Amino acid sequence: MLEIIQNNWMLLLIGQYPNGPLGGIVATLLLAIAGLALAFPVAVLLAVARISPFRWVSLPAAAIVHVVRGTPFLMVLFWSYFALPVLIGRPLSGFWTLVGALVLYESAYLAEVIRAGIQALPKGQEEAARSLGFGYFRTLALVILPQALYNSLPALIGQFVSLIKETSLGYVISVNEFTYAAAQLNSQLLVQPVEVFTILAITYFIICFTLTQSARWLEQRIARSRQGRPGRREAQPQTDILATEPMP
Amino acid sequence: MIRFDKVNKWYGPDVQVLNDITAEVNKGEVVVLCGPSGSGKTTLIRTINRLEPINSGTITVNGQETHAKSVDVNRLRRDIGFVFQQFNLFPHMSVMDNITLAPRKLRGMSRAEAEEKARTLLVRVGLEDKAGAYPSQLSGGQSQRVAIARSLAMDPPIILFDEPTSALDPEMVGEVLAVIKGLAHTGITMMCVTHEMGFAREAADRVWFLDKGVLLEDAKPDAFFSSPRHPRAQRFLADLRH
Ligand SMILES: Nc1ncnc2c1ncn2[C@@H]1O[C@H](COP(=O)(O)OP(=O)(O)OP(=O)(O)O)[C@@H](O)[C@H]1O
Ligand SMILES: [Mg+2]
Repeated sequence: MLEIIQNNWMLLLIGQYPNGPLGGIVATLLLAIAGLALAFPVAVLLAVARISPFRWVSLPAAAIVHVVRGTPFLMVLFWSYFALPVLIGRPLSGFWTLVGALVLYESAYLAEVIRAGIQALPKGQEEAARSLGFGYFRTLALVILPQALYNSLPALIGQFVSLIKETSLGYVISVNEFTYAAAQLNSQLLVQPVEVFTILAITYFIICFTLTQSARWLEQRIARSRQGRPGRREAQPQTDILATEPMP
Repeated sequence: MIRFDKVNKWYGPDVQVLNDITAEVNKGEVVVLCGPSGSGKTTLIRTINRLEPINSGTITVNGQETHAKSVDVNRLRRDIGFVFQQFNLFPHMSVMDNITLAPRKLRGMSRAEAEEKARTLLVRVGLEDKAGAYPSQLSGGQSQRVAIARSLAMDPPIILFDEPTSALDPEMVGEVLAVIKGLAHTGITMMCVTHEMGFAREAADRVWFLDKGVLLEDAKPDAFFSSPRHPRAQRFLADLRH
């Protein structure tokens, strides 16, 4: 196995680049990062819409979240493959098709993570900002979201791990990424499929496990920084934060 | 300055928390609001800045009917300080930023100007050395004093307190009450929900006694403490002394 890695590490790392398209682990990480970076703002909007006091805002957002969460990622990927080029009116590379599918899929999950972070804040935070005279959106932007996003950082890293794993499905639409590179290698070597796909699995595991562990570490850090607040006897999570008074 | 006129509020169809409240707080006055647990004190004080809606009646603040649909509630609230039992400082901001946030973002003050003002306020609440601290590094009494400074940073003509000392350890109650007493009769109109009867005696112009949503007494502290008219107020005071 070591020998396979020694002889082919460039292919596994960056695909056929610079003689061909960028692939391998680097492409996988780029896909995941692009997916996360683009899904994140969409997710914040979805989360904010989900807790809106206006039903005509919250219901469509809830519908999107539920539909996406009830669909396998592969279906979303196929749908993106056929529908996205029609929607934007021009052909789309495999890379961006996959990114589009990741954004569609992951923003629904991220939105729920962010919503949970918002709703876990004590209701007093919103009330204090509103009592000073801040409106609904400025309260969100200045007081609620900074805390909610910080507190949900570990869960966001967890979602990033999901994203990395989902990129492997890009293989079915021939996106140059890590799984694709391994499959190429396998067809070159022909006789060592178990070894090649073991290398693939172990590498995914190492990347994802490292991230999961760092999320756990971060979680403990955040929990510690939340404690030892002597002034604060208790802060009960309230579920109806920001849902009390609609803004004109 | 603050006038309640036949204010009623229900939670659901059967629970009436405010029953025909009619009363007035004059400019610069200090009113202490007391009553048994669940009598509606928190609800009443929160209706003033519209944290709680009402079902009927009117509340007039500075000549403006606060629950009118046309009122810009954010504008209204800038002029009504509110101090919570649980302080509700913003934990992701330093003490300085907690205090300067509203003047900077809502009054358009420059950072330098707002910080200058915050420092004066911190001196006033005895915390001039805590500007750079974060809320998690403060004791309860210090947190509540910062919360008071944060409210005062908007120069509100009115400030409302909802049990400002009941979340504090006993040894910290005094330092917070001293700050509130220092505010009394400086021109600011003040309403304070509290069970600290010593404070009421010393600082209040009038004491309101609320029971089951009904305003049973509205009296000068001397009269209220020496000869409460209503049997329920008598019992309430007797219970407090135990
Ligand atoms: N959101 C709500 N829904 C239903 N009932 C409520 C709600 N909030 C308060 N109540 C009820 O309204 C009544 C008045 O509550 P309020 O908090 O104003 O009392 P309080 O005088 O401040 O009591 P305490 O001394 O315990 O703080 C109580 O019986 C309470 O149970
Ligand atoms: Mg109360």
